[in-house]
Amino acid sequence: MTLHGSCAVTGVAEIPPRRTTRGQTTLGLIGRLAAAAVADAGLEPSDVDGLLVGPQVGETPQHVPATVAEYLGLEPRYGDVVDLGGAAGPGMIWRAAAAIRAGMCDTVLCVLANTRDPDNVPRSPNRNPIREFEVPYGASGANQAYAMAAARHMADFGTTAEQLASVPVFERRNAGLNPDAVFHGKDIAVEDVLSSPMIAWPLRRLEIVMPCGGGAAAVVQRADPARRAPHCPVLLLGAGEKLTHRSLSQAPELTTTPLAAAIATSYDMAGVQANDVDVFSLYDCYSIMLALTLEDAGLCRKGDVGPWMADQDFSSTGNFPVNPHGGQLACGQADLAGGMCHLVEAVRQLRGEAGARQVTDAELALVTGNGATLGEEVAIVLGAAG
Amino acid sequence: MSAVPRPGRLSTPATAEYWRAAADGHLLIQRCLHCGHKQLYPRTLCTRCWSAELGWQETVGTGSVRTFTVIEVPGHPAWREEAPYLIALVELDEGPCLLAGVLGSDPYRVAVGQRVRFVADSGGDPAGPLPFFARDEP
Ligand SMILES: [Zn+2]
Repeated sequence: MTLHGSCAVTGVAEIPPRRTTRGQTTLGLIGRLAAAAVADAGLEPSDVDGLLVGPQVGETPQHVPATVAEYLGLEPRYGDVVDLGGAAGPGMIWRAAAAIRAGMCDTVLCVLANTRDPDNVPRSPNRNPIREFEVPYGASGANQAYAMAAARHMADFGTTAEQLASVPVFERRNAGLNPDAVFHGKDIAVEDVLSSPMIAWPLRRLEIVMPCGGGAAAVVQRADPARRAPHCPVLLLGAGEKLTHRSLSQAPELTTTPLAAAIATSYDMAGVQANDVDVFSLYDCYSIMLALTLEDAGLCRKGDVGPWMADQDFSSTGNFPVNPHGGQLACGQADLAGGMCHLVEAVRQLRGEAGARQVTDAELALVTGNGATLGEEVAIVLGAAG
Repeated sequence: MSAVPRPGRLSTPATAEYWRAAADGHLLIQRCLHCGHKQLYPRTLCTRCWSAELGWQETVGTGSVRTFTVIEVPGHPAWREEAPYLIALVELDEGPCLLAGVLGSDPYRVAVGQRVRFVADSGGDPAGPLPFFARDEP
């Protein structure tokens, strides 16, 4: 028994990432997302009997599912926190399907949101090994880890700064068809990326995601062809997950991510190969993250992504549509909701509701999520039901 | 002196000896007495066989840069005035890998594979010495 085809995403909602959400609370954002996702699925609040939420630094440190359920007036039969960083969104989708398949509930609301006040960004009160062994060297935050992954890819394979800079360039161009993107209509060239301030060599500011507030949600139900709903359901065809480390110093490899294994598992469950996929909605917190994922998704050989990217068209009308909405590098990153935004885009594409950026005949999508420092990874394959 | 203080150092019963030795100029790794596996950071169990029987082994102190970055904009404001500075994943010749600062002028004078040598240094922190590395000049 696998989850293949057993469940579907029947509703989605998004509060597009913005630099500031002053005056709002995370619970307030979750309320808006819950209402919108449940309405999108053609359901009533009382239909929700499963609830998956994320950890909320600085607002609700513990008892998060019960707090959110109480706030929303829900009494779910299943509640949990999915704590996988940017992989939490896709991680929620397969967990919801597993809970439904196990008979624990029927309708799971998966929701991730966070507020952001640029003047008051909470620091996580870590007392973990990273805090003990790395912070004392001034190695705080994620930039240093992705920079070190990029540096090793450049050393091993000759990948250049220009090649990595092409990632935010094409994502900004894709965002030209997404009015909700923070950087909608703000095209950039490779030279702009290379002249933006160096943050952690070799990564420059325009290769690093912009932190935002916002959120995204999805409703997962049993796949039921007889159900009447406002939108075509989107089937969960495959899922894979892999966790290997929290700190890059403990990573088994630096240029192949655990996504390689997670994606392979998801392809296997779905019974598909890389070339079958119509839309790639790939986690892209950094230029190097997207580049590594293109390799680990089997689109090109390990190490070849630099020269390979130059020959591809990643637009919605291109040979490999990647992040037609512009991804996080063009839309901003609403913290943990980042990965869920990739899911929302894939669902819109598979429903045929992506408007000007619709990929023609989109039937199969790969969604990836990545958390921490390339160490907690989820991939799911979604298919159009109709 | 930066206006923002550095976050305080942490230590646990499983790691205190590592920090104490490093401050005295000795870089230790853990060695599993059951299966021989060598590891960093120090833990309460062996990551290979889960034995809790672990001993310390002093390293020669040499290793190679597995990868690196030069921090121009620190993630923590307390390091703002130190930038740019070089941090690296150092693979010790004994096997284990750790993140550490690499000292010396011109942080950009480095490459993957650069040979480095352990030095105890405070890195400008009044809390005392940590394991840092210095470039082995050719
Ligand atoms: Zn052992």
